Order: sequence, then C-alpha cells, then structure tokens
Amino acid sequence: MREEASEMSEDEEAGGAKERWAPDLGGGGEGGGSAVPFSDRVLEIVLENVLQFLTSRRDRNAASLVCRSWYRAEAQTRRDLFIGNCYAVAPRRATERFRGVRSIVLKGKPRFADFSLVPYGWGAHFSSWLFAMAPVYPWLERICLKRMTIADDDLSRIAHSFPLFKDLTLICCDGFSTVGLAIIADKCRHLRVLDLIEDYLEDEDDDEVVDWISRFPETTTSLESLVFDCVAGAFNFEALEALVARSPGLRRLRVNHHVTLEQLRRLMARAPQLTHLGTGAFRSGSVGAEAELDLTSSFAASKSLVCLSGFREVEPEYLPAIYLVCANLTSLNFSFANLTAEELKPVIQHCRNLRTFWVLDTVGDEGLLAVSQACRDLRELRVFPLDATEDSEGSVSDIGLQAISEGCRKLQSILYFCQQMTNAAVIAMSKNCPDLVVFRLCIMGRHRPDRITGEPMDEGFGAIVMNCKKLTRLSVSGLLTDKALAYIGKYGKLVRTLSVAFAGNSDLGLRYVLEGCSGLQKLEIRDSPFSDSALLCGVHHYYNMRFLWMNSCKLSMRGCKDVAERLPNLIVEVITDGTTNDAEEVERLYMYRSLEGPRNDAPPFVKIL
Amino acid sequence: MVSRGNSGGQSCVGAVEEKKLELRLGLPSGEEWSTVKERDREQAHSVESHGGHFSKVAKSNISNFCVGSNGGFLGSVELNSQGFWQQQGLLQLQAKAGVVEEPKEKTNGSGEKQQSLDKKGCGPPEAHAAASGNSAVANNNSSQTRTTTTPVVGWPPIRSFRKNIAYTSKPFPEPQNESSKIVTKIESKEKGLFVKINMDGIPIGRKVDLKAYDSYEKLSLAVDELFRGLLAAQKDPLAPGTQKSAEEKQAITGLLDGSGEYTLVYEDDEGDRLLVGDVPWNMFISTAKRLRVLKSSDLCASSLRTVSRKRTATDS
Repeated sequence: MREEASEMSEDEEAGGAKERWAPDLGGGGEGGGSAVPFSDRVLEIVLENVLQFLTSRRDRNAASLVCRSWYRAEAQTRRDLFIGNCYAVAPRRATERFRGVRSIVLKGKPRFADFSLVPYGWGAHFSSWLFAMAPVYPWLERICLKRMTIADDDLSRIAHSFPLFKDLTLICCDGFSTVGLAIIADKCRHLRVLDLIEDYLEDEDDDEVVDWISRFPETTTSLESLVFDCVAGAFNFEALEALVARSPGLRRLRVNHHVTLEQLRRLMARAPQLTHLGTGAFRSGSVGAEAELDLTSSFAASKSLVCLSGFREVEPEYLPAIYLVCANLTSLNFSFANLTAEELKPVIQHCRNLRTFWVLDTVGDEGLLAVSQACRDLRELRVFPLDATEDSEGSVSDIGLQAISEGCRKLQSILYFCQQMTNAAVIAMSKNCPDLVVFRLCIMGRHRPDRITGEPMDEGFGAIVMNCKKLTRLSVSGLLTDKALAYIGKYGKLVRTLSVAFAGNSDLGLRYVLEGCSGLQKLEIRDSPFSDSALLCGVHHYYNMRFLWMNSCKLSMRGCKDVAERLPNLIVEVITDGTTNDAEEVERLYMYRSLEGPRNDAPPFVKIL
Repeated sequence: MVSRGNSGGQSCVGAVEEKKLELRLGLPSGEEWSTVKERDREQAHSVESHGGHFSKVAKSNISNFCVGSNGGFLGSVELNSQGFWQQQGLLQLQAKAGVVEEPKEKTNGSGEKQQSLDKKGCGPPEAHAAASGNSAVANNNSSQTRTTTTPVVGWPPIRSFRKNIAYTSKPFPEPQNESSKIVTKIESKEKGLFVKINMDGIPIGRKVDLKAYDSYEKLSLAVDELFRGLLAAQKDPLAPGTQKSAEEKQAITGLLDGSGEYTLVYEDDEGDRLLVGDVPWNMFISTAKRLRVLKSSDLCASSLRTVSRKRTATDS
C-alpha cells in the first residue's frame, strides 16, 4: 500500500542529516577541496568510491563525523537527502554541503495539521527549497514531499529545471491543482512515478480543471507508478486507457472514484502486468450482470497483483471477482468499503497471505474474528471508523482486538478506532503480539474508561510498553491518569513517536515522559493538563527531538519564553487561532530544533519566541 | 458489578484507599506519588463529573477535581475503597475556547439515580461552566438517553477525506464528494476569507485572504506584491531560480483608479463584474467572490456595471 510512506514515518536515526549539536564540521564553505593536499585528496577519492555503497542515512551521518576528510567524502557522495523538518535547516546549507543529490525527501507541517489544528498558511512552502535546488541539482531525479505546500508554479519549475526528473511523490500536500499536474505530465519525459497520496488539491471551477491525463506524451512512456485517487475531479477516461496502453512498465495504478467497473475492466485488459491496483469505485456504471463475468476473467489474467485498494462505493455482489487474486495478495485496503461482516468473510477467507489489511469498522468484531482466523501472517492492521464522531455507536470493541491478538501473532503495527475498550484486551495483545512496533489505539469517546471494570486504561497501555520490547510508536487514548504516563516513561525506552490526547492529571504525567523516554523524537500532546513546569522538565532532551507539539494544555507565554531562552537553537512557535483574548495563554505550541534561527516566512498568527 | 452503598448524596470522599496494582510499578519517585495524592486529597473539592459511557455497569462514584483559582488543573482522581476505579470522566473545562463538554447521561442498568450534585462553587468562571453543566444533568436525572457532546476540533484524529465515508461509500452520484471537499475547505480555511485572483496574461491564479486587509489600498498593495514577480517572470521566462530585487520588477500601480496599466475588478455573488473600490470595504468583502486583474485597455464600459460612486465616511 504505502510502503514508502510507512518508512517515512519512522525515523531511523536520532538526529537529522547533519545536526549532532556538535560544532559544524568544516561548514558548507569548504566544498571544493582547494586547500586539501594532494595525498589527502587521493584518499578522499578512494573513500568516495567506498561510501557510494553506504545508503542508510544513519550510517552516513556516522561516517560524516569521523573527520573532515570523511565529512567531505560523504557529502560528495550522498545521493538521497532526507530532511525530517523543512525548517530545521536552510535550503542553502543543504545544497552547499551535499553537491550530488539525486533524490530529496522533505517533511513540513506537524502531523496534527491533518486534523485541522494548524491554521491555513502556517508555512512549509516548497518554493524556497526549489529555488535553492534548481540551479545546483540539475541531475535531480526524485522529489518526495510530506505535508508541504507546493504550488502550480513549483510544479512548473520542477518540470523546467530537472531534465532527468523521474519521481514525484506528494503525500498530504496542498497548494497545487490540475494545472500544475498537466505541466508535469507534459514536460517530464522520463517520468516513472507520479504518486499523489492523500493530497488536498486546490479548488477549481469546472472551466479551470485541466485534463492533465491527456498531457502525457503520445509516445511510449516510462511510467511505473501512477497514483491519483485523491484527485477528485473527473477526467478523460479514454486518455487514461490510452496512456496505460502505451506504458509497458506500469506496475502501480490507483485511480479515483470516477472509474466504474466497466472502465476498470478495460484498464486491466491494457495492463495485466500490474502489481498494485486501486480500483476506484468498484461499482457498475450500468445495470446488468455482464460486468461481473468479464471482471472475473480480468482478475484471472492479472496474475501479478499483490495489492488491491479503492473499493469506494463498493457493490458487494462484484467482490467474488477478486477471489482469484486473493491468495496472492499481501495488501488489501477496504478502508473505504462499507462492508458488513457477512460481506467480508467470503473475501477474507481467501486472503491467506495478507500482510497488510485496512478496513472499516462496519465489519464489526465478527468481521475481525474472521480476519484473525484467515490472516495468520498479518503484520499491519488498520481499522477506521465509518462515523468518526464521539457519539457514534461503534461497531468494533475490545472483543475484536482480543480476537486479532489471538489470531495474528506476528502483528507489528496496529491502528484501531473504537468506542469501547478494556484493559484486558490490550494486555492480551501486549502478550500475544510481542513484535508490535506501532500501537495506536483511539478510543473515540474522550476520557472513556475500561468498558467492564470502569478503571482507567492505564494498565493496558502499561502492559504494551512493558511487554512489547520493540515498540517505537505509541498513541494513547481513553481515560488515562499520570500512572499511564509513568509506565510509558519507565518502560518506553525505544519509543520515538508518542501521541497523547486528553490524558494525565498533573504535570507529573508529562514529566515522567520527558524524563523517562530517552529515545523520544516526536511528541504530540493535546488537551492535557500540563503546565510550564512540566515543559521545563524536557529542556535536557529537546535538542534530541525533531519536534514537540502541544495544544490546549496549560501553557503560558512565560513558560514558553523560559524554554526559548534556555535553548537558543530551539525554535519556539506559539500559534494563535483567535479563540483566546488572553495574551498570556498559549493555545498551540510547536517547538523544534533548527540551525537557522527563526524562520522568515512565519504568518502573522505565529509568534516565535 | 456491585454498586457502592454510599450512593446517594455523596460528596467529598473522605477516606481513600489505594488500589492494589496488578502490575507492580516502581515509579521514578514512589514516595512522591503518594505525597501528591495526599496533597490533592486535601485540596479536592468535589465536582460531579460526567462524560463516561457505561452500558453494563451502574456507577455511583465521583471523581474529584480541583479547579484552582488560576484555572490550573490540580486535581487527581480519587480511588474508592472497593478497589474499583469508578471514574466517569472529566468535565472538560476549556474556558477560553468556550467548549464545555455537555454531560453525557449514564445508561444506568439498575436504574439507580445519579449522584446528587455537590457544587462547591469555586469562584472562577470555569466552575461556573461546570455548575451550569451539572445542573443540566440534574434536570435530566431519570433520562436514559445520551446527549451528544460538543465536537472538539480535530477529534477523533481522522483526516478529513475519511470523514464523509458514510455518504460516499455507498453508490451515489457526484455531489457528496463535493461535500467532503467543502468540509476540507472549511476546516482548513475557517478563519480566512480566501478568494481567487487571476491576472491577465498569467496562467496560474492565486488566492488572497480578504480578511487580512482592512482597506482597498492595502489590497491593492498586496495584489501588486503578489503578481509583480510573476509578471516579470512572464516577460523573462529564461531566468529560473533567480530572484530579482524588488526594484528591478516593475510595480503594478493604479489598480483602483484606472490610471495604471491594469485595473482590479471583482465578481460578486450574483456573478456581476464590478470595479473594485466603489462600495464600503466591509460590504465589498462580504460580496466579493473572486478578483481579477485586467488590462485597463481591455475594459469596456459595457462589460462592467459600475456601482454608484458615492463613498461613505466609513471608507478608508
């Protein structure tokens, strides 16, 4: 499904590309080696040839710290640049140090921006990076952005600046429209990957929407992956069909919901070599049984399929067509498919090799039981709510979680939305699934205790951090006291990403976390009673973190200023949203380390202390 | 589930015993934990709390919170002597945000009456909110229905494109997708008043937030800033990656009075195209749906409807 995306959310190294908070080695200015003796230069060339084989950025960071010579060699040979926070370092610093970059990954807004907690216009504009890169990276092949704002102008500039450009991946980005996509399609003749994942395109009137699919060159293309299910507008289907027909290398295709089953059949006929298919609407565009027969043969012909998604507006009577490929599927995304347990069971029973499964809670605990019995190899499960409100009935509960834990012993990652949960089920999962790396449980009703005992959910989450020794990412919910956070601080030594909402009783809670979680890199907190004194408890650690986000807690300007004064390389942003008149109260806080000092593109509602 | 004997009229819990922990935990400073509890117990007022949802168990306890005079959150949650945690949830006090969680009714299997309320008024506004919330519950004492909670921004943490699945997941024609788009737009831009603005000769339009300005002059300056660079780039498309200094780019002036090369016009909610600057500013921002920067030479009298040029004293 989104293998690349899941990689992106896990940070392998403790620091960024360059910051160890040691003195800047050599700086950016010493690039050319003009002052380096010849013999050293020979050694460096040898080193560069060796370092080419080093791909992990953690290894590269370590290598760059050995000595100046290694620093230079590593800088010359780094091909993949990863910037976890686009404001941690200035574009020029990056481009001056790394001269041979072919691929760049940039992350922008904090994750809570996905939930409307970061006001529009906050920042993370790609254009400043593009201006820095365009003149110095003519060989750039790949741009991958997450939660950044990229404008049509930027897309145009990409198309004109990088003649070898191959891969554009935009995840949760905004600011662009079909106008920009058309320019990319038209000008990037070597394009292999165009992946648009959960982006928010700019609104366009009907007369403004551009038929970008028609803009791909008429000749055979190099396309390997085309993902555009988030591009909501209608498009020229014949153009897409023709494009697929002249893209022999196409392996991944995810279309939007305008594609009906009849059209899907035609696409599959053109591309039987597909490995990943996003099916669009999975409903017939007309009345009649003809579509069903042909669909079965379409899937029969697609022997390489390992990943299926889409299924919006699914008409379950057509699902049997996919049975033939189910045995080969490693990834199935039903998270937009409103299916009951009865409709799910016959499908899932065929999916014996499934590793990743996303589903809606409409299948209920009963559906999850079927999953637990059929998918013994499951590694990742995500259960999304059909009705994402606090008062919804909720169809899955601790019963489903317990069933999953008993059947899917190899589970590594789980995201589970529910209305009711028990400590017992969570404890059971902690014991049955020791390989858990990601545990995200969202009990949608705030402060909801154990369904049966009425106790807080402290013991359940405590068991998770105690028993799951590989846990690196944790999201907590339900009624939680400081004790839960104490457990996390004591046992969650490997936790890198922690999400806390409506939890804790006092400053102690945050203090336990900040003092205990020595590996913590990303901390997001909302609506919890933590005040300035708790914030101060993390001063020893904030330079090791990528960011801290807190909203609707008990922070004041005085406390935040205190932290800002103690840590000069920490950017402390106070984001106001107009709901408070009290100048002293801090509604939203976003802190992150940076080599550059306060950014100069902050909008008026952001105050940098 | 055994309900507590002292159900009626329960106020401050006097004697509190510690629950035996199933998982033994050595806290960073074990003593401090109980010291904190001691302190909080002494300070605790009792405020009836609501919000939990129990379908199977009759609840009869209280959780105690202290709302300090400075609005700080000092309370801890008390334990009862039976060793069961009978917490019903917080009454979320967010005085500034103005969100007060409406209390949920308990579904009470045994039909036991709810706790009578003990409102030890704590002076500050937060407690007032609590009191009003509590009285609402008291009035609906015997009701078994749940009231809906006031929604909180960004909770549950679901991205907006997943929020309207209930409507888009079953076969339906187009419109509901637009509603999800509208939802996205509202959530992300709820504070600004963004309208599209296009300029003659520039293929890619922009957006401006009309709420960011309070006068036509400021809007005109902003339009100038927005398009000046693009106009220069259009004239010199072979200069990628370089940013000319501000002086090198030609300023766009005279947008409002017809004296410049370009003129600013807008389209109102009836689709009429009008000159910008004729009506009071506030009226303008409430009716303007999009803006255009047209070449002054292209304007002809018949394509525009000019509003009477009477300016009021409120014009800036």
